[in-house]
Amino acid sequence: MAKPAPVSPAVPQAQTPAAHTEPAPAAPGGLVGWVDDRVPVSSILKKALRKAFPDHWSFLLGEIALYSFIILLLTGVFLTIWFKPSMAEVTYGGSYALMRGVPMSEAFASTIGISFDVRGGLLVRQIHHWAAILFVASMAVHMLRVFFTGAFRKPREINWLIGVGLLQLGMIEGFAGYSLPDDLLSGTGLRFVDGLIRSIPVVGTWAEFFVFGGEFPGDVVIPRLYMVHILLVPGILLALISAHMALLVYHKHTHFPGPGRKDTNVVGQPLFPVYAAKAGGFFFIVFGVTILMGALMQINPVWLFGPYNPAQVTAGSQPDWYMGFVEGAIRIIPNWEWHLWGTTWSWNIALPGLGLMGLLVILPAIYPFVERWITGDTREHHVLDRPRNVPNRTAFGVAAMTCYGLFWLAGGNDILATQFSVSLNNVTHFMRVAVFVGPVVAFIITKRIALSLQRRDAERVLHGSETGVIVRQPDGGYTEAHAPVTDETAFTLTQHQQPAALAPSAGLDGRGVRRTGGRIGRLRARLSGWYAGGQIAKPTADEIAEAAHHGGADHPAIEDDDTPALPGGSH
Amino acid sequence: MSLDTRDTRDTLDLPVPDPGLHEEERFTDSDEAAGRRAYRQVVGLLAAVPVLAITFVVVYFAVPADAQLVLFGSAFKAHPVLLGLTGGVAVLAIGVALIHWARTIMGDQDVVEERHPAGSSAEARQAAAAVFAEGVEQSGIGRRKLIGMGLAGGVGILAVPAVVMLADMGPWPTAAVRAETIERTIWAQAVRIVNDVNNLPVKAAEVELGQLINAQPENLHELQESDPVAYQREKAKAALIVVRMDPAAIRIPASRQDWQVDGILAYSKICTHVGCPISLWEQQTHHLLCPCHQSTFDLANSGVVVFGPAARSLPQLPIMVDDEGFLVARSDFTVPVGPSYFERDSSRDFKEGDD
Repeated sequence: MAKPAPVSPAVPQAQTPAAHTEPAPAAPGGLVGWVDDRVPVSSILKKALRKAFPDHWSFLLGEIALYSFIILLLTGVFLTIWFKPSMAEVTYGGSYALMRGVPMSEAFASTIGISFDVRGGLLVRQIHHWAAILFVASMAVHMLRVFFTGAFRKPREINWLIGVGLLQLGMIEGFAGYSLPDDLLSGTGLRFVDGLIRSIPVVGTWAEFFVFGGEFPGDVVIPRLYMVHILLVPGILLALISAHMALLVYHKHTHFPGPGRKDTNVVGQPLFPVYAAKAGGFFFIVFGVTILMGALMQINPVWLFGPYNPAQVTAGSQPDWYMGFVEGAIRIIPNWEWHLWGTTWSWNIALPGLGLMGLLVILPAIYPFVERWITGDTREHHVLDRPRNVPNRTAFGVAAMTCYGLFWLAGGNDILATQFSVSLNNVTHFMRVAVFVGPVVAFIITKRIALSLQRRDAERVLHGSETGVIVRQPDGGYTEAHAPVTDETAFTLTQHQQPAALAPSAGLDGRGVRRTGGRIGRLRARLSGWYAGGQIAKPTADEIAEAAHHGGADHPAIEDDDTPALPGGSH
Repeated sequence: MSLDTRDTRDTLDLPVPDPGLHEEERFTDSDEAAGRRAYRQVVGLLAAVPVLAITFVVVYFAVPADAQLVLFGSAFKAHPVLLGLTGGVAVLAIGVALIHWARTIMGDQDVVEERHPAGSSAEARQAAAAVFAEGVEQSGIGRRKLIGMGLAGGVGILAVPAVVMLADMGPWPTAAVRAETIERTIWAQAVRIVNDVNNLPVKAAEVELGQLINAQPENLHELQESDPVAYQREKAKAALIVVRMDPAAIRIPASRQDWQVDGILAYSKICTHVGCPISLWEQQTHHLLCPCHQSTFDLANSGVVVFGPAARSLPQLPIMVDDEGFLVARSDFTVPVGPSYFERDSSRDFKEGDD
């Protein structure tokens, strides 16, 4: 949603006559005219400048991701001016007295140098690290927003898949950068990656020797990760982000349901000037906040950790947050390992490490297609879903978040044990069960909440909102006055389409003869029945008209003459 | 299931008709004073930017790089804090000014754009198919199919040399290479065990009951100068812990009676899970806990796993005393140390109940 706006205030907005046929006084001269003669800037701007961008706070999440990426490029370039991606051993002689005379890699020495001997270096290092954390976090939350509102549906499935790739690459990029300073903490992380790569069945040892150029740690892995971190992955990220933006512009942004919002239109503020000012301003706000974080919140003080030493580790070692779920899975997995015919199959590493990272790609990647198959919905969707109106999807999303969150918490099982004075072993055993049971409980609770909210929506449309005003009747009874909702709200609460289950005959052909895919057809019909079923039917036009007429004895509405009028919408 | 890919919303179930867009008036539009105040605020924010930018430059040159700020009782490096505050607030001011301008002063009328189907029309598809067919016809590939197959095969096979080019990324871990790398350490017969901090040999008589010593082979130190890469590599495998326990309170299998000296046992410090150095010693229970993923090994029982994700016992180093009473290795480890790998023959590791 955050295409940097091509704003050029000197260009008149519309009806620029083609300069060569009719040299009217309005034709742009100077540089703009010169460019326009060669590239049809006017023709593009004529449409693009008034492009509509819907407004909602949750649409800013993706913008945060885009802006933190730009901040990462800017601060990253600054850091490369001094950073030396070399594992060659040097003896530190810089201004940080506590490290003088300590042998360390050039990578670590130059990181200390940036932190202490380059003015503003520490600030930029910290901005870079905070922006990286923000980059992955905002992508993850943006993805959740897209999921829960159904913005991944046709025609946006390709952009969703690009997003899945971006999240994964962002995590790899972050991890590669985290490893570069070659301090004790990041070296421990690399040691873990070495163990993870080794554990790949059949080819693991070969992969390890190829990545590290032989045995761990060797002297090539940091230069190689540097290439991955500043060239390979950012290049792919840049290409994917461009594609993501281009598709966004082409499809036009989705909008939340509301008066005048349709699947056939887009309602929002014009790119120029309102959206450009808001989005541009938001870039400066994100940048400003990350600068302040870099100034005031210490992160990764590598000079306190010291250079990497394969014989040392500190308790409480943790990766950056986005690797926490893998860390947690690695900690709570039972020690499953096969020893067969002189080979070793390390499921205790491969399963949580590679399996979970794989799931984080596969589950989101297939979800839009599975949902589409279940619902049989082939329409284009540009009006977003309110999460409550799709209870199963919402419940599934919350279940997945719960599972992720529990794995993430398990990544700090030692911290949990020490902070709450409980047994580490019990925390681990609990988590082994919780990662499976928690999502099921979360699914059930979320679905109930969604259905309750649907019921509440129907109540509001039919009987109005609760006001909290208790009215005494002439006969002494007490009732709560309800304020009718406005037409705008009533429309917003009832515009969603409730899916019907697919007919079970999906597996039968025209004459009622079972097709070969009959079993799959029946499964699909059952799934779609489950997916569509159980929802609270939204009020019909007749019910609404009737409720407006009666006011309802148990729900007095304000138009009843004997109840006091309350400020509220028209009816 | 409808084949319509477009929702005109006319056919939809809408119990409440769409009342259409509705605009609300803003305070700054109706109240002139509020409008003027918003204008002053935007200009004020923008005016602060040059002031902060100049302060930034002054701080950069005038404040010594090692100056300290004392805030809330702790000392901070002045430079990052002051540069970040001035720069950050300046950048923030631009952002706030822009958004304030957009929200309070710019007209806030929504615009409505029509959407068009994302996909091509049926005519466009047919036309494209026709054009493509024309191109195929012109290429002659319809009649001379081998060109197409040859081209696809030729380009495809180029992936092989491209992948082969990567074969030199690292040595190939063949059985012989593994035997010389990940399957051996620099421990060998008569190599002295030295403390890894002061590099002094460890005298058996001076190891106290319950004590844990982080140790390494004596021959490691010489590598630090001559070959730092080999130094790190060997250290990552040879790191050792030496503990002394009461021989009566621990179980020493018959096959390992001569691997220890009066209850002094030596184990690899490298976790058999993913290779973290293990160092948390629970003296009372004789358990050793890995701080990375909490695998726990029982050093009183040949290093078997008692908890956590590790699947294999901690390798034990056979040790003895030399003529001067210092601890030395009897040999290298009898099994590869560190995390598992596919070709590892893990049948020879110590298991609970072995003797």
